[in-house]
Amino acid sequence: MTGAQPAIRLTGLTKSFGNVNAVDGVDLDIVEGEFFSMLGPSGSGKTTVLRLIAGFEKPTSGTISLLGQDVTDRAPFDRDVNTVFQDYALFPHMSVLDNVAYGLRVRGVSKRARYEQARQALDTVRLGSFVDRKPSQLSGGQRQRVALARATVVQPKVLLLDEPLGALDLKLREQMQVELKELQRNLGITFIFVTHDQQEALTLSDRIAVFNEGKIEQLGTPAEIYERPSSPFVAAFVGTSNIFDDTVSHALLGRAGTHSVRPEKVSVTTENRPLAADCTAAGTLAEVIYVGSSTQLIVDLDAGTRVVVLEQNDAHRVATTERGVRVTIGWNNSDIVTLSAPAPAPAILAPHP
Amino acid sequence: MMVDASAPPTRRAVVPLRQGTIARRGSVFLSRHPRLRLSLLLGAPLFWLGLVYIAALAALLITALWTVDSFTGQISQTWTVDNIVAVLTGSLYQTVTLRTLGVALLVTIIDIVIALPIAFYMAKVASPRAQRILVIAILMPLWASYLVKAYAWRSVLSQGGIFEWLVSPFGGHSPGYGLPATIITLSYLWLPYVILPIYAGLERVPDSLLEASGDLGGGTWSTLRLVVLPMIWPAIIAGSIFSFSLSLGDYITVNIVGGANQMLGNLVYTNVGAANNLPLAAAIALVPILIIFAYLAAVRRTGALNNL
Repeated sequence: MTGAQPAIRLTGLTKSFGNVNAVDGVDLDIVEGEFFSMLGPSGSGKTTVLRLIAGFEKPTSGTISLLGQDVTDRAPFDRDVNTVFQDYALFPHMSVLDNVAYGLRVRGVSKRARYEQARQALDTVRLGSFVDRKPSQLSGGQRQRVALARATVVQPKVLLLDEPLGALDLKLREQMQVELKELQRNLGITFIFVTHDQQEALTLSDRIAVFNEGKIEQLGTPAEIYERPSSPFVAAFVGTSNIFDDTVSHALLGRAGTHSVRPEKVSVTTENRPLAADCTAAGTLAEVIYVGSSTQLIVDLDAGTRVVVLEQNDAHRVATTERGVRVTIGWNNSDIVTLSAPAPAPAILAPHP
Repeated sequence: MMVDASAPPTRRAVVPLRQGTIARRGSVFLSRHPRLRLSLLLGAPLFWLGLVYIAALAALLITALWTVDSFTGQISQTWTVDNIVAVLTGSLYQTVTLRTLGVALLVTIIDIVIALPIAFYMAKVASPRAQRILVIAILMPLWASYLVKAYAWRSVLSQGGIFEWLVSPFGGHSPGYGLPATIITLSYLWLPYVILPIYAGLERVPDSLLEASGDLGGGTWSTLRLVVLPMIWPAIIAGSIFSFSLSLGDYITVNIVGGANQMLGNLVYTNVGAANNLPLAAAIALVPILIIFAYLAAVRRTGALNNL
């Protein structure tokens, strides 16, 4: 196996339901051993791509290769990929042990050997003492781990995870994120993770593909996606962004095109105080929202747009808590992201990578 | 987006609580007396169940222990187990019991074999629209009278009937009237009662379980055997209870298409009517009841009823 060979290669992948293209010509290479996330709102096609890779759906056109082999026309049970389902899909009539041993059973592994391996898999997800329980006797987090053990015990080349943490509460979700990352590192297999939670995708992934309307809007590392969004959609969907359209950009930045700046990159002070920033603008404080570690300020600029500012609640925070006070906000030019070039000549001025 | 902070909050109209009406006081009383609530809910149906089912069964058992004066034809209320001994040891009764049991079992097996693929298609393959149409199509025969359907089969299976017309080009011929015709007709009559519970059972199996099985490497056969069948086993049992018990008690179909064959129901019928021996009829009627009890006990041992 060469390192250059992608674990999964999608070429021109399209899936239509009726006259709707759920997946619209997706080309994608997923590197072996990486934690890859497909991020997007519901209906963006990310889950359909996952189901196409798993083989539950047949593509309308395009091909899917697994480690250089074309698997487009193979049945799900004939592909070396396994899925962790959103609802876990544990067999309710089987014990936890039988659930995990199922993949080995249908492959004809002897009873002793498959129970041995299933026990080991359950030990790695710290469920060794629950082997005799039925899935209905487990909590959501435990079911999640059984589903992980069941999918990994057959040692797939690629593990597909369809919003596996969606049904868990926040604390458990954060804990499972850490466990997932550890599991992926220990197993060394490729994870393809579907989520609509941008925080989750940023936390876990080596790379992220942001989906919108069946297409990949942007592909990159979490830092690239967050710091350098390539389109207004990505800037708005991943985290919070202040997006300035052409007119506002002219007024505020003296530039044409659409631009964005993250709320935490904007600094704020009360009016007439000096602010160390490349660019400043004056406005009125419209709302103050306390969110624990930070405070969110909403400022109505005199230029006629509304800007969200995020201030850390540390010792340096200026006490701008009165609604209606006049403030000055500012940012550095390096924090401004150009989302699209001015409309008249897009071909020449499109600068993003 | 701008909110004028100086505007006063909107005044809300006060929603009055209705109090003091008789209906309301009744509701309050009931909500404080859960036992009364329960007895009002279940009183009438339990009374009906007790009268019709339990009392009738008890009357049957008692009648079976009486006898008929062969001279006057009057029921004499002297206690005896002669009827029951006669039914258990008489070779006629044994033969008919075995025949009835065989017919009921075959009908049940045929119905399950036919119902499984139809129910699977309805629950897992057909579009929602086709699904609704199929449910109606399966329920439709139940709107027609039992007798009409039995006589229809009599005509279908008659000499020169549709069945013969269909199979004669291939060298086949109609089975005529007899046990095969009885089994075919009963299978037809009870099929909806078997399809519907199995369909409902399959509806409750999430598609993701079938996908998970395939995903883990299970082919079609493994998925059916290890995932689908165990999960719909209670539904199959429920369907089989319908076809089995309905076949055990039937006496009209066998009269219409069964030729000279008799089933337990016919013996009961003739003993009540022509032979005027109600106690013996009651003793015979106990046989299917015992068989059903044995069947339910056997089913229970498989654990199929635990998940109902």
